[in-house]
Amino acid sequence: MMRRAILGLIGAAAFAAPALAQDLSYETIERGRALVTAGDCVACHTPAGAKPFSGGRAVETPFGDILAPNITPDRATGIGAWSDEEFVRALQQGIGRDGEHLFPALPYTAYSKVARGDLIAMRAYLATVEPVNNAVEPNQLPFPFNMRFLQVFWKALFFTPGEYRPDPEKPAEWNRGAYLVEGLGHCASCHTAKNVLGGDKAAMEGGALQNWLAPNLTADARVGIGAWSEEELVEYLKTGHTARSAASGPMAEVVEFQTSKMPDADLKAMAVYLKDIAAAPAAKATPLAADRPVMKAGAAIYADNCSACHVGKGEGVPRLFPALAGSAVVQSDDATTLLRMVLQGSRSVATDGAPTAPAMPAFDWKLTDAQIAAVVTYARNAWGNAAGAVDAGAVKRMREALKD
Amino acid sequence: MARKLPATDVVIVGLGWTGSLLAEELTAAGLDVVAIERGPWRDTSTDYPTTIDQDELRFGIRLDLFLRPAQETFTFRNNLNQSALPIRQFGSFLPGNGVGGAGVHWNGQTWRFAATDYKLRSHLTERYGAKFLPEDMTIEDWGVSYDELEPFFDRFERIAGISGKAGNIKGEKIDGGNIFEDPRQRDYPLPPLESSYAMTLFDAAAKGLGHHPFPRPGANASRAYTNPLGVAMGPCTYCGFCERFGCGNYSKGTPQTAVLPVLMRRANFEARTLCEVLHVNKDASGKRATGVTYVDAHGEEFEQPADIVLLCAYGLHNVRLLLLSGIGQPYDPATGQGTVGRNYAYQSSSGARLFFDDKRFNPFIGTGVLGQSMDDFNGDNFDHAPHGFVGGAGISCASTHGRPIAASGTRAPGAGRWGMSWKSQVASTYQNTTGISGQGSVYSYRDCYLDLDPTYKDRFGRPLMRMTFDWHDNERKMTNFIAERCTEIAKAMNPKTLQTNRLSEHYSVVPYQSTHNTGGATMGENPKTSVVNKYLQSWDVHNVFVVGASAFQHNAGYNPTGTVGALALWAADAIKTRYLKTPGPLVQA
Amino acid sequence: MATSQSPHGIRRRDLLTSTAAAFFVIGADAALARTIKGGLPWAPDSVVPPTPVSAVGWYFFTALEGAAVEAICDRLIPPDDGKPGGKQAGCAVFIDRQLIGSYGAAERFYMRPPFAAGTPQQGTQTPFSPAEQYRRGLAGLDRYCRDSLGGKGFAELPAAEQDKLLAAMEKGEAQFAGVSAREFFELLLQNTMEGFFADPLYGGNRDMAGWKLIGFPGARYDYRDYIGEHNKPFPLPPVALQGRPEWIGR
Repeated sequence: MMRRAILGLIGAAAFAAPALAQDLSYETIERGRALVTAGDCVACHTPAGAKPFSGGRAVETPFGDILAPNITPDRATGIGAWSDEEFVRALQQGIGRDGEHLFPALPYTAYSKVARGDLIAMRAYLATVEPVNNAVEPNQLPFPFNMRFLQVFWKALFFTPGEYRPDPEKPAEWNRGAYLVEGLGHCASCHTAKNVLGGDKAAMEGGALQNWLAPNLTADARVGIGAWSEEELVEYLKTGHTARSAASGPMAEVVEFQTSKMPDADLKAMAVYLKDIAAAPAAKATPLAADRPVMKAGAAIYADNCSACHVGKGEGVPRLFPALAGSAVVQSDDATTLLRMVLQGSRSVATDGAPTAPAMPAFDWKLTDAQIAAVVTYARNAWGNAAGAVDAGAVKRMREALKD
Repeated sequence: MARKLPATDVVIVGLGWTGSLLAEELTAAGLDVVAIERGPWRDTSTDYPTTIDQDELRFGIRLDLFLRPAQETFTFRNNLNQSALPIRQFGSFLPGNGVGGAGVHWNGQTWRFAATDYKLRSHLTERYGAKFLPEDMTIEDWGVSYDELEPFFDRFERIAGISGKAGNIKGEKIDGGNIFEDPRQRDYPLPPLESSYAMTLFDAAAKGLGHHPFPRPGANASRAYTNPLGVAMGPCTYCGFCERFGCGNYSKGTPQTAVLPVLMRRANFEARTLCEVLHVNKDASGKRATGVTYVDAHGEEFEQPADIVLLCAYGLHNVRLLLLSGIGQPYDPATGQGTVGRNYAYQSSSGARLFFDDKRFNPFIGTGVLGQSMDDFNGDNFDHAPHGFVGGAGISCASTHGRPIAASGTRAPGAGRWGMSWKSQVASTYQNTTGISGQGSVYSYRDCYLDLDPTYKDRFGRPLMRMTFDWHDNERKMTNFIAERCTEIAKAMNPKTLQTNRLSEHYSVVPYQSTHNTGGATMGENPKTSVVNKYLQSWDVHNVFVVGASAFQHNAGYNPTGTVGALALWAADAIKTRYLKTPGPLVQA
Repeated sequence: MATSQSPHGIRRRDLLTSTAAAFFVIGADAALARTIKGGLPWAPDSVVPPTPVSAVGWYFFTALEGAAVEAICDRLIPPDDGKPGGKQAGCAVFIDRQLIGSYGAAERFYMRPPFAAGTPQQGTQTPFSPAEQYRRGLAGLDRYCRDSLGGKGFAELPAAEQDKLLAAMEKGEAQFAGVSAREFFELLLQNTMEGFFADPLYGGNRDMAGWKLIGFPGARYDYRDYIGEHNKPFPLPPVALQGRPEWIGR
């Protein structure tokens, strides 16, 4: 870490004078490539089937769509004409080339923590990418959200810029993990819920977006990662699958484009840091009684529809069908992911380490709202699980939401 | 006018088991491979998930996953004196279609043909004398040995995830396994499936008579499993929706569950579906293929140039493509000249059906593979000298399914097919019946062959292939012998009544029997009596390989897929280690 | 495989592939997918679920034809002792709905000419689709009944007479005008059994009556807990693709 910061400084010092000259040495570009991977820039800046980083992909926000800009080195429509300072300022301050405020769809609240030297290396790597002429107008928000200067107020409330400062009480590996998770990894962009203005709520306690729930990453054993080992976290990030869990939906893309390509040591560091996030105090959850009518109906539906893959007591099959017993996704207060999985199904991620990519079938045509509510409530309260019941109305709302 | 596409290293016709295995091997070796499949893309979660799979009418009766006769069929006659007529509805055999081919909806039963099978003519002649074989029996040696194929059997069994118990590891015979099998280097990758009640009764009766039953091996995973390619499979749940159905929970060994997740990620592989290959193209000399011509779903024609052409379209379609492409000389039964279409064979069967009155077999609990088998009367495992026939059968008591539409026709003796006479016994019969059947060999004959039909055509105007086939006395005698052995075992199980079933007088395409169609593009040592050499390379066009049960010079008393899988991997190895180094004929005739 | 119509657009975030290479299925009809590379294609709504038929009315048969088929089904599978027969089980409804679909139209069969009579081993060579066979067969049956059995249609005959005629058809002893009575009988028997035992969503096997008769547990998929329970009754009730009463909510 120190070595890289020093290299970054040296690079910056040597080339500070000419605005467009860059350190395009092999090692800087390789370091930049790894950092761009860790930041998962390609996910937002590359529409499906398009050339990498060429922009135009819509990022859905609660306020409307923002199109990610073209960050290839094209001088006219990309960032080829930007200086290093302009690039750093964009990511650390959320300020664009003409001094305009950037919308936090670009997670500069997280990228602000990235060291300047690392950002310069990322710029260097991006400069080697194929330039693509693709003019993108990012601001597609409706009035009044499209008014950039209003970001001043948002930033005042929700943004504290500044590079990451290592905690001297913690080991180097933990600090590396914190740097990655809180910085380029920008995990909090999804895993921290947002308030109505788009600012952060309780850190890493889970957040909903695009009809998925990014789960709680604190040490809560029931709804967080308290029961996960460091090895499991590393395996999950590296392959997308563990004995008990599988990455799906937006996290599948994170694994595919980002974490599966990061070095093992970085993944381990992230695991060390994540395992150290304290859980918020929580009341003990008591499961619903098995003889309740909804539990009995749910048990029947489960036996007839789910056990052929997830097995009779929710054990699942390692690295094929996730375990439902003890699952945070199943027991989270917000049942978004659970409901959409049952309604629409999903395909889990394929990586070199786990190429199978088993898929959950859709039950939306097969089960009614009441039946899905029953089976989901059952899964949330059987086999040692405990969580609130889900009613048919919630299923109906998710069904409607998925039609968009 | 066909639009010419950029050339590729290898073009594969058909993306079933053989196409998938060869594509995986050759892309791993760095070649650019294009597979052309005339059926649709298929995958577990999109085509046969656990939410729709349990639909006997759709998949078991209306045959949703199979080839439609409207797209392609065959004409059929029993002998040369008849005019062949189209098989307008498939019955006796059900060809597959789509990505995965019949590998999607097979039962999974997986065997290795015996060592004697690959040199059948030499072996039988040596043991019994040339006069013991019928004069019109045209079996030949295959040109390859079991020892050469053993490592490829092992690899296929591990890729597909075969559950079973070995009976002979490196020469050491193991009780509880098939003591008649030829030596294997190691045990199956998965232990056998759990036995059904019917199997336990058969097992006791067969052992009591001095036979050697063992659990039938096959591609229904008895446990969760990860194969050598890194693909994960789940444990079989005994659902009873196996043959004719896709597997909804990743527990049947298929191209989808064993190969495609890895193959589809390779940048040097591309699959084109709903595209039908019309013919293989050759250069002016006729000794080298330049690629294939195909039609896409919109009717547009394309030419796909390639350095190597692999026919992996299922044995029967392989033969038809050779005939339509003018590769090799068509076989003429009148003169005995020519090779393409020669030695078409099938599967024979006979056995006993048992009826009890006090049992609960719960027939709906089953798997495609589930059964107890014995090889005591298979192949040349017993002395044929007193019997006057050659060949034999694997005898099994199986618990594959109890699907009701199919089961409704099984009736206690004396019961009618309808009315109260049927209804009053159907429930009891359903729980009280089981069967012992012999899956028997069919050897090859001069008048059992394939050629192009003179009258009937497909939707492109190409002639359909004509199948001329009937049972011969050798198989009649053999299956009668097997029927008696099955009946003996049946009696030892003490049923209330039993029926002995024998081969029909003439082969009929109507009732379902087996989709084990073999031969027509046979492998051998002699180009006069084979179409491909020991590496499955065409004698006539050296960059064409023809992979499938079309290579079999005869059919043995085993399901063919294990041997087909081994031959596919064997051919892939020959292409990688021999053909690529020195393109040209690999065997001098 | 039936064509898959996706009623929903494919959302970007649902397309998962290992590279950004050109992919597949943008658009409603997955069956037209051609070139596939880079990963296993997946999109929501790719599955083609079965379509439950309506239980009411005739879509293919006329009222008279429907009555005749109902009566036939009730003799092929008679009601007895509270156990439903073919009519109450909905077999005639099943057949009616099958005949308006691709099965009735023989879409999957090879129906090119020339048509010639063959040997029994060569299989059916009929130029008529199942729908046409029913029109002709029922017309022939009705004609036969009115001409030879006292002017009544099949449905009006007493049960014993109906059974006698069906047996004659089965044995080839009844001659119908313009159609083989024997072949028609085989088709009727096959389709009635299909209707009695297929999933109830296809119109027959109402309330799983056929499955309950023989003890078939229906659309189950996991028997791991029962494969070792030799010679013991299976304890769970049957379930159809659309569920069973214990699921509630429907």
